[in-house]
Amino acid sequence: MLVLAVDTATPAVTAGVVELPPDPAGPARTRAERVAHDARRHGELLMPSVLDACAEADVRLRNLDAIVVGTGPGPFTGLRVGMVTALALADALDVPVHGVCSLDAIAADAAATACGRFLVVTDARRREVYWAAYDEQARRQDGPHVEAPAALVERLSAPAAVAAAGGSAALTGLAVLEPASPSPRGLVTVAAAAVRAGASGAPPQPLYLRRPDAVESRSRKRVSTP
Amino acid sequence: MSGLVLGIETSCDETGVGLVRIDGNGRVTLLANEIASSVDEHARFGGVVPEVASRAHLQAMVPTVRRAMATAGVRPRDIDAVAVTAGPGLAGALLVGVAAAKAYAAAWDVPLYGVNHLTAHVAVDTVQHGPLPPALALLVSGGHSNLLDVPDLAGRITSIGATIDDAAGEAFDKVARLLGLPFPGGPHIDRMARDGDNAAIAFPRGLTGPRDAPFDFSFSGLKTAVARYVEALERVGRPIPVADVAASFQEAVVDVLTAKAVRAARERGMDTLLLGGGVAANSRLRALAQERCAAAGLALRVPRPALCTDNGAMVAALGAHLLAAGAKPSDLDLPCECVTAF
Ligand SMILES: [Zn+2]
Repeated sequence: MLVLAVDTATPAVTAGVVELPPDPAGPARTRAERVAHDARRHGELLMPSVLDACAEADVRLRNLDAIVVGTGPGPFTGLRVGMVTALALADALDVPVHGVCSLDAIAADAAATACGRFLVVTDARRREVYWAAYDEQARRQDGPHVEAPAALVERLSAPAAVAAAGGSAALTGLAVLEPASPSPRGLVTVAAAAVRAGASGAPPQPLYLRRPDAVESRSRKRVSTP
Repeated sequence: MSGLVLGIETSCDETGVGLVRIDGNGRVTLLANEIASSVDEHARFGGVVPEVASRAHLQAMVPTVRRAMATAGVRPRDIDAVAVTAGPGLAGALLVGVAAAKAYAAAWDVPLYGVNHLTAHVAVDTVQHGPLPPALALLVSGGHSNLLDVPDLAGRITSIGATIDDAAGEAFDKVARLLGLPFPGGPHIDRMARDGDNAAIAFPRGLTGPRDAPFDFSFSGLKTAVARYVEALERVGRPIPVADVAASFQEAVVDVLTAKAVRAARERGMDTLLLGGGVAANSRLRALAQERCAAAGLALRVPRPALCTDNGAMVAALGAHLLAAGAKPSDLDLPCECVTAF
């Protein structure tokens, strides 16, 4: 099966074509990928990256069998670019779209080098991080959460994680694992069972983890100065 | 060239998707104009919250496209181009529509047109009233107040005046709040004003002095004047004549808007004045514009209210004119021009 994977939950703008063999034991194989780093230009970079990756893989959009998208957590504006691109492509091409937690996708790659439980930690801006905890087999044990790195480090006193992956992994003081951002293969690996099963269920939902900044207006605001 | 164009609009709080067909004579037919609005989610905040709007766009985008396709009874392979509002507007909100438009255009392998939101407000009139002669356009909404010189929809459009502070619709929202009326304020003030005397209170007309910019607008002084008036009555414990305040405030806004628009049209030798934007639904603005255009010998064109507020049909209509004119499509790395000056 030919799967397009996109993720914009981190400063990386990621697109790739991944081949997933029908045999559940067969690993996902990257045919082509494009990773650009510009947290302010997700919207400009993503679609050209998708087409470049498809061209390199010699795959036309209409030959894709499924789309996998990282649903975050990630800074909102960038995250939505990948989400809406995946949703619209899936609608236009009439193929299933599957969402996976972007931290899980990082964990799927990091598990190869992790010797024990580990964390995935990414930048949430505003001096906070998104994080989740995984066992050796990249199964999520806790999270995803958003909080200050100091609060996360405090939790680490329990002898749990031995390493961390993700763009903000270094803030934990643990051994740092690759990768810093989700890879197309990691995304498709996490979604493999769903992709093989075919039909997608409800549309993927973004993991914002924060409420919008807004204050409810109850009383009238005074405009003039007395 | 004729064609079927899908238009996507997400510059503020409405997720709009429209479908139009343009024939070889430049006549545009509206096939669908579907809207999902997040306005109710903003009401409790007293104004549009950008992040709330952006989240709603993501949820509504694909379902609204599907609804528009179903309403129009068209299949993906019938579509000849995708148009999308590239700006001006709320950055995060625009980005959702632009990313979706790129995906649809790429997947269907058709050209993409990133268009200016204000020009789209003008273009939508052709859906209702046919081809547009050179015109002066007055666009007024919660996000903009502009006077545009429109020689040709697919050509060079220039802004000859704009608000230097609040947009007209924003002033309506703020004054509605002062008067204890719900958000969005425009329709409520319009309704309330019908029972009031629009000459009861002499509110100021912004930027109408002999040395002021002839075609710019300012509504923040007016808003402050209304606030002072209301607060002065409250201090002495007297009731607020809500209908008179609404009518007098509304008159101050539409007086300046129509006077400047008519003057601009005459100075530029235009025969046609076009009204657009959400505030163009205001009954007093329509009436006064009609009166003054008749006196000045100008033809007035005002699209029906559903076409005046932000919608996808206006974007599709402009895209259709660009397609018909053989305009160069946008690249897929098209940025959102959220800070475009006009
Ligand atoms: Zn508008």
